[in-house]
Amino acid sequence: MAKIKYIEHNGKEHVVEVQNGLTVMEGAVQNDIPGIDADCGGSMSCATCHVYVKEDWYNKLPKKEMGEDDMLDQAYEPNSNSRLSCQIMVSDDLDGLSVHMPEKQV
Amino acid sequence: MIKTDVVIVGAGPTGLFCAHQLGIIGLNCEIVDNLDKIGGQCIELYPDKPIYDIPAIPECTGEELTNNLLEQIKPFNYNFHLNDRVQELKKENNNWIVKTTNGKEFHAPNVVIAGGVGSFEPRKFPTKSAEKFDGTSVLYSIKDKSIFKDKSVAIFGGGDSALDWAIELSNTSKVSLIHRRDEFRGASVSVQKIKELSEKKIVNLFTKYSIKDVIGNGSLEEVEIKSEDGESKIIKADYVLGFFGLIMQLGPIAEWGLNLDKKTIPVNTENFETNKKGIFAIGDICSYPGKLKLILSGFHEGALAARGCFKYARPNEKYRFEFTTASNTIKDRLGVK
Repeated sequence: MAKIKYIEHNGKEHVVEVQNGLTVMEGAVQNDIPGIDADCGGSMSCATCHVYVKEDWYNKLPKKEMGEDDMLDQAYEPNSNSRLSCQIMVSDDLDGLSVHMPEKQV
Repeated sequence: MIKTDVVIVGAGPTGLFCAHQLGIIGLNCEIVDNLDKIGGQCIELYPDKPIYDIPAIPECTGEELTNNLLEQIKPFNYNFHLNDRVQELKKENNNWIVKTTNGKEFHAPNVVIAGGVGSFEPRKFPTKSAEKFDGTSVLYSIKDKSIFKDKSVAIFGGGDSALDWAIELSNTSKVSLIHRRDEFRGASVSVQKIKELSEKKIVNLFTKYSIKDVIGNGSLEEVEIKSEDGESKIIKADYVLGFFGLIMQLGPIAEWGLNLDKKTIPVNTENFETNKKGIFAIGDICSYPGKLKLILSGFHEGALAARGCFKYARPNEKYRFEFTTASNTIKDRLGVK
């Protein structure tokens, strides 16, 4: 279980407890948190669950696997802090993680 | 104007199997899809990725699944209307009048929306200023490459479309290629070619840059690009091309007076009818308690929606359930002995 903070583009924060084994994307979708669309349902083929992770956490997360950066090319305003939240698996180690949502997903 | 029993919106696996079920029970349909090919997400998003959860098919790709479904509906000779999008739905007596972007009009008592997560549209530049040049000098696809001859063209993106067009247009235009990172996801031959063209100064390559602004009074003159640390550059450009893949948008479906739950259409699970009589929704686009976004669920939903269509298409007949193994009527429809 990890407490994760989702921060909308307008600054509005949502803190929820997400079960281990779910993804950060699923944590948002299951808790009706706006700002993560996840059109493809987590198959890494749409780039609509794009989030920014600040350096302190970015470097602690498991590295991107093949294909994630390719998908991020298609995301809305990606930068070097970008991740696809469907590729971040929640575990106890992620307790306290904050992710920032882009202005929009498309 | 085309009269039919059912208009299916979306030629993905769910729409295709629903068409099969309509054929089995003796109804006709016309299938409309915004993409230029049949197969929906299976073809557009993952043609080569294996799928492991189609009943009785241990493994198949999106493309194989699509081809098999097409083979299965072959006996019914349905018409496909590709590259077209259903724009408007209006009720007239017992029929829905269905109008498309290309000006086609269908009259049918039933519409089955099998639209996935909506229609695929190109992803656009985030920059507001790009909007006023959209369709004239800011483009997301190329219909006529001759317009770029002897012009300056700034191409954004790192996939095959961006690379292929940069290579192709560099023969006749001054091409700049801009990509947000050093690595490209396009084919390695193309990446190699771009690097050569860049060394020979035939293509201006800017990596780790993204678009900041498009500038022009009346016509487009320049594009401003920025690096992540805020440094910016101005590039001369008569045209700006963006190749960021496709995104699914609900689009006009949102305007049809259907109840919506986020990006989905709530349905009943008896026949997958929406809040509008004669409009059904199946596959990823429909929602109900327990909904699973699996292709196999879409097949089930399509089978029941097809039966739901029967009562509006044949109001004076009674639907009779039959097995394909036993029914001679069905065998006739399938053209088998």
